[in-house]
Amino acid sequence: MKHPFYTEDHEAFRQQLRRFVEKEIAPNIDKWEAAEELPRELHRKAAEAGLLQIGFPEACGGAEVDPFYGIVVTEELARAGSGGLIASLMSHGIGTPPVAHVGNAEQKERFVRPVLAGEKIAALAITEPGGGSDVANIRTRAVRDGDHYVVNGSKTFITSGMRADFITTAVRTGGDGMGGVSLLVIEGNTPGLTRSPLHKMGWWCSDTATLYFDNCRVPVANRIGPENAGFMAIMMNFNNERLMLAAQAWAFAQVCYEESLAYARERQTFGKPLIRNQVIRHKLVDMRTRNEAVKANLDMAAWRIGQKQFPVAELSMLKNFATTSLEWVANEAMQIFGGAGYLRGAKVERIYRETKVLTIGGGSLEIMKDLAAKQMGY
Amino acid sequence: MKVLVSVKRVVDYNVRIQVKSDGSGVVTDGVKFSMNPFDEIAMEEAVRLREKGKVTEIVAVTIGGAKNEETLRSALAFGADRAIHIKEEGEVQPLTAAKAFAAVLKKEGAQLFLCGKQAIDDDANQTGQMVASLLDIAQATFASKVEVDGSKAQITREIDAGLETLEVDLPAVVSVDLRLNEPRYLKLPDIMKAKKKPIETIGLGDVGVAVEAGTKTVKVAPPPARAKGVMVKTVDELVSALKAKGLV
Ligand SMILES: Cc1cc2nc3c(=O)[nH]c(=O)nc-3n(C[C@H](O)[C@H](O)[C@H](O)COP(=O)(O)OP(=O)(O)OC[C@H]3O[C@@H](n4cnc5c(N)ncnc54)[C@H](O)[C@@H]3O)c2cc1C
Repeated sequence: MKHPFYTEDHEAFRQQLRRFVEKEIAPNIDKWEAAEELPRELHRKAAEAGLLQIGFPEACGGAEVDPFYGIVVTEELARAGSGGLIASLMSHGIGTPPVAHVGNAEQKERFVRPVLAGEKIAALAITEPGGGSDVANIRTRAVRDGDHYVVNGSKTFITSGMRADFITTAVRTGGDGMGGVSLLVIEGNTPGLTRSPLHKMGWWCSDTATLYFDNCRVPVANRIGPENAGFMAIMMNFNNERLMLAAQAWAFAQVCYEESLAYARERQTFGKPLIRNQVIRHKLVDMRTRNEAVKANLDMAAWRIGQKQFPVAELSMLKNFATTSLEWVANEAMQIFGGAGYLRGAKVERIYRETKVLTIGGGSLEIMKDLAAKQMGY
Repeated sequence: MKVLVSVKRVVDYNVRIQVKSDGSGVVTDGVKFSMNPFDEIAMEEAVRLREKGKVTEIVAVTIGGAKNEETLRSALAFGADRAIHIKEEGEVQPLTAAKAFAAVLKKEGAQLFLCGKQAIDDDANQTGQMVASLLDIAQATFASKVEVDGSKAQITREIDAGLETLEVDLPAVVSVDLRLNEPRYLKLPDIMKAKKKPIETIGLGDVGVAVEAGTKTVKVAPPPARAKGVMVKTVDELVSALKAKGLV
């Protein structure tokens, strides 16, 4: 039977990814989690395996394919049981699209091609210590001085922020509000840029940083798109980010379900496998029920994006549905595992710690609801 | 120089094989299949030889049912230029496959026939050797290194005493071992391009070969289940348990 969205090509690509994750990632992930950083080498290997290029234009070294490939990548990476891996290895998935879609040819060569080849690392810097939800009111200033901008301010919670070579940064070049925001690619070696690491509840192997800009001189040639027109590019970028965060939530919920099912079959209590208790079977069915619903929703949204629609309200609701569903499913998984799930090293333990970042990052639950309400004209 | 690579569709190496309850074979319904891992190594080697400028054309060949097309698509994604599908829905034993491959090799005028040293389904380890015998050409099996130079090839093989290097005249059959190379990851654009490459479908009759069944499978049985272990608490207990079993 033919699936409406997934083809043999998706399947063939999935097999390659699975081999990559088993060989290059699974044996090392605990080490990287402890080190709170991914090795640069991994980005090169991921480029060789062809997973960094997905969804980017061919003209700058990408593979232009439907959004279902992005879901497949997320699902396979999720099998390693670490959200930080996806966030940081794929941070170019939020940092690079504005350059690929709005940048000029020269910028694409400089800032996109080497990232897709795994030679450079990209990040997106929107959030500031003063607030993340209110994007239109960011305060980092860029003042024009000849053919440079002089940038002052700071950004925080920046994924891959310690290692990034190219930081796509939202700055204020004009007046107040959304009409005064521009995007600059600030290079990692820019004098005046300092970084400090943030230590987190989850996503350990993802290097999250606060960035300080002290009179950083950034060439005007690094501005993506026209001056003061950055807000729209940021908002467009959020669409795909939210789809991918929903995909991540679904993929980890499915890992929780599969881990729980296997454990319930194996674990013996009161002289019989755990799964022989109706209450446990019902938990598993409930977990699966939610996962199926999220996946159906996710696939429809991916299909619409593939049709070049941008269903902002639906994406906002999907992100909320998928991430809150993961919270619920991860909670049930922990309960099924009992004490074993509470131990460091269990996949469900890590996933449980990493549920909250998904309801906060990329647009928090409350902001997503507000956005959906506004879009639907309430 | 043209190289012919044979690829076989087998139950994926990750699958836990289950024997059918009537002992007639293993369960294949709903089971994942993929290219025989040794054949992936053969494909990789062919592509590397082309990258070194030693090979100009790579042709992949398989024998088997309609689903084998998937395996050929993987070979094309690896980098084969075109593929030949010898369609046969029934059981194919090594001699039949060897005769068919020999005929294709001859017709294509390929200088090198690369194949896995064995397929992980039947572990027969016969086809390559038979192809060489049927055509009366050189063979070098279990290659761990392949170097092609003009009309000759140098093949290093792992043997018990160390490494042995053979020089063969081309055309020749080379079967590849595990440590020859590490197959690349197939990239998505290559998977997609493979769709557009040609696959020629022929029948055994087209190469003048009839299905032969030299051997008959009488019964397939799973290996005996391991008996449950016993935990001993002390060395003394261990020694007496071993003595009781007559092992020491
Ligand atoms: C691990 C991690 C990685 C991240 N990576 C990046 C990155 O790479 N780049 C980047 O730019 N940002 C990144 N972020 C930042 C993330 O996008 C922000 O945390 C998020 O947008 C929320 O902003 P905030 O933390 O400042 O919360 P605030 O904006 O201070 O909000 C606090 C709480 O109040 C709620 N709230 C705020 N305003 C309203 C309102 N009007 N009505 C109702 N409720 C409201 C919010 O929903 C939230 O629950 C990351 C965050 C984390 C935790």
